[in-house]
Amino acid sequence: MAVSVELRIKRFNPEQDTKPHWESYSVDMEESDRVLDALHEVKWHQDGTLTFRRSCAHGVCGSDAMVINGENKLACTTLINEVGHKVTLEPIRGLPVVKDLLVDMEPFFAQYRAVLPYLINGTDPGYKERLQSTEDRERFDDTTKCILCAACTTSCPVYWGNSSYVGPAAIVNAHRFIFDSRDEAATERLDILNQRSGVWRCRTAFNCSEACPRGIKVTQAIEEVKRAILYNRV
Amino acid sequence: MNVHHHTYDAVIVGAGGAGLRAAIETAGKCRTAVLTKLYPTRSHTGAAQGGMCAALANVEEDSWEWHAFDTVKGSDYLGDQPAIEIMCREAVDAVIELEHYGLPFNRTPEGKIDQRRFGGHTRNHGEAPVRRACYAADRTGHMILQTLYQQCVARDVNFFNEYQVLDVAFADGRVAGVIAYEMASGDLHVFNTKAVLFASGGFGKMFKVSSNAHSLTGDGPGLLYRRGIPMQDMEFFQFHPTGIYKLGILLSEAARGEGGILRNNSNERFMERYAPTVKDLAPRDMVSRAMLTEIREGRGIGPNKDYVHLDLTHLPPEQIDEKLPDITEFVRTYMGIEPKTAQIPIQPTAHYAMGGIPTNVNGEVIVDELNTVMAGLYAAGECACVSVHGANRLGTNSLLDIVVFGRRGGAAMAEFVRKAAMPDLPKGVEEETRGLIERMKVGSGGENVADIRTVLQEEMMDKASVFRTDESLSSMRQTLTELKGRYEKVSIQDKGEKYNYDLTEAIELGFLIDLADTLVEGALARTESRGAHFRDDHPTRDDANWMKHTLAYRTESGGVRLAHKPVVGGKYQPMERKY
Repeated sequence: MAVSVELRIKRFNPEQDTKPHWESYSVDMEESDRVLDALHEVKWHQDGTLTFRRSCAHGVCGSDAMVINGENKLACTTLINEVGHKVTLEPIRGLPVVKDLLVDMEPFFAQYRAVLPYLINGTDPGYKERLQSTEDRERFDDTTKCILCAACTTSCPVYWGNSSYVGPAAIVNAHRFIFDSRDEAATERLDILNQRSGVWRCRTAFNCSEACPRGIKVTQAIEEVKRAILYNRV
Repeated sequence: MNVHHHTYDAVIVGAGGAGLRAAIETAGKCRTAVLTKLYPTRSHTGAAQGGMCAALANVEEDSWEWHAFDTVKGSDYLGDQPAIEIMCREAVDAVIELEHYGLPFNRTPEGKIDQRRFGGHTRNHGEAPVRRACYAADRTGHMILQTLYQQCVARDVNFFNEYQVLDVAFADGRVAGVIAYEMASGDLHVFNTKAVLFASGGFGKMFKVSSNAHSLTGDGPGLLYRRGIPMQDMEFFQFHPTGIYKLGILLSEAARGEGGILRNNSNERFMERYAPTVKDLAPRDMVSRAMLTEIREGRGIGPNKDYVHLDLTHLPPEQIDEKLPDITEFVRTYMGIEPKTAQIPIQPTAHYAMGGIPTNVNGEVIVDELNTVMAGLYAAGECACVSVHGANRLGTNSLLDIVVFGRRGGAAMAEFVRKAAMPDLPKGVEEETRGLIERMKVGSGGENVADIRTVLQEEMMDKASVFRTDESLSSMRQTLTELKGRYEKVSIQDKGEKYNYDLTEAIELGFLIDLADTLVEGALARTESRGAHFRDDHPTRDDANWMKHTLAYRTESGGVRLAHKPVVGGKYQPMERKY
């Protein structure tokens, strides 16, 4: 049965506005619809200028992180029945707003690239796979799930205050390699994360773990990286 | 509208698995620009779940020849056997290479890459299912996309993110450049280049129920089609059996590979009747037809008896958590169902285009029935048609395709670039794109893009999906004529320059309509049933008349002209397809 949902959306058109403003839309949705469906309903039938990113629509591409009723979520994995019939939508915080719900992702990806997010191993493995025990594989399983949506990083109060902090997502992606038994560059990555912009900025607010749409234990990953630096051991 | 000019040795269009693998291949060999309308990690390769087949024989006896046989048979003998042999032989190296790149495959107790069963993949020419699919839980595509992107970061690949390619320029019978629309500015960018590789993905968004991302609108094939490149075998579109009811979100075949069972309204395991040997692990075309046959004959489930169930309730809960964590979470999120204790409502979902831009095994694009190559033009991945999938793709072979033919295409392109001179780009190559954008922005006919797209998607689902007839397809032909008329009168609301998705959605709809046209015309002409193309009015395969590929050309007046070319055979002779 359709219900009427009121969307309050923080709008900003860089070609007309000097600052953001709120606009409201009323849409008829099913309880089981996604917030993304409601945004599409507005864009496709009420206001074609409403701008947001999206692609896969089921939580694997990481395009549509936004602040929904005050919390960082993906619009495509959040259902109307979770958020009620009055929904406020804002762009994620800490990255420059470009247009409506769409932010500039370049600083986020630059921080990702800064942690050497690729397997580094100088030995020739020949024509066979490198062996890895199931236990060693399990060690970094959680952090391989990251979809780089930025929900964690932009939920972090430290990141809001200091955009030079690499942020939870970059640390998650460093963790993914630091604890991979096949990788040989843990020391380099730990050195990067031991700098002023690194893990010590983290104040263990746990916002990142709550925000992660993939259920990654982000704070735990950060703690494991901190311990690895402190005890010089992975 | 500002116009910027760039010069690169090579341009790759699309940054999913095929585009990224090609970029790894050209890195260090030639100056390459990778253009994507998304960010690379948003590409739909990341949504692939179950695995990538290669006859590693890590857990049981296997050989690449068995893999090739299964692929030929799965293709309903429309796949070209030399290409299939290459893919299945190179599969082993491709998987090992991904492991060396860091892909976190699941492991056997001995630490080797683990393998599991998948539909249509069998031991010794159909004896029984074989464990051939290498996997990383049920996010294998995500891990392939991430791993290839990581390797591109390591190689400092030059990405142009959120640049949507809208046209290609030819000069003196070869590729000379592409024209891209920059989302952030609304500016046009002209790339003068020696070679272009299209890896822009599929076009499942022409159907209502689809596993495809919103971005899968066939831009690459669509723009090439408008420039005279034929589209091959477009009538073959795969419907994946296990889409979440109504939403179409994919639930991997790995669910059945791990032991999941399809059931009808009397809880019967109905696949035993359709495929006695491999049962629920029959190829996708057969399972989708079996499901819809159950529904047609009144054995569907629900108030409208319009779905069947995927049953995982008998699997050990820890196996579900370890091997199928993502898809079971999708079921919880979107259906509010706990798959460990309740069966899952499913229906076939538009999943994969077997057809596309015709290429040879080196990714070179072919422009006619004689296999003439267009110099400098390449394609790989779902947008291309080699053809390794023929009339029906086997599960996991898409991930294999993108890695094998992304690499081959990239290598061939780098080699071509080494010898070729930079072509002169004709003046004003961007004018048609500029005209298209300006026309869209001033359009005042009042037609709504979403409304037209909805009709397209609903009608294609009704008339040109799993079951087709002359009547349904003729009716769809009529619908498309009407939709083209309405499309001419489209109006958009956003007239701005920056991130104007209102505009790009309108342009994308045009590509979808054109490609739907080729699908429907190919399907109307093909008076037989083969693989994913099933005609109720011609229910058997007709090898005497139809063991050939379709090529669809755009005519001057915007219609479709069909031509054909022979299937390239090999050691496996066509036989009845039983499982």
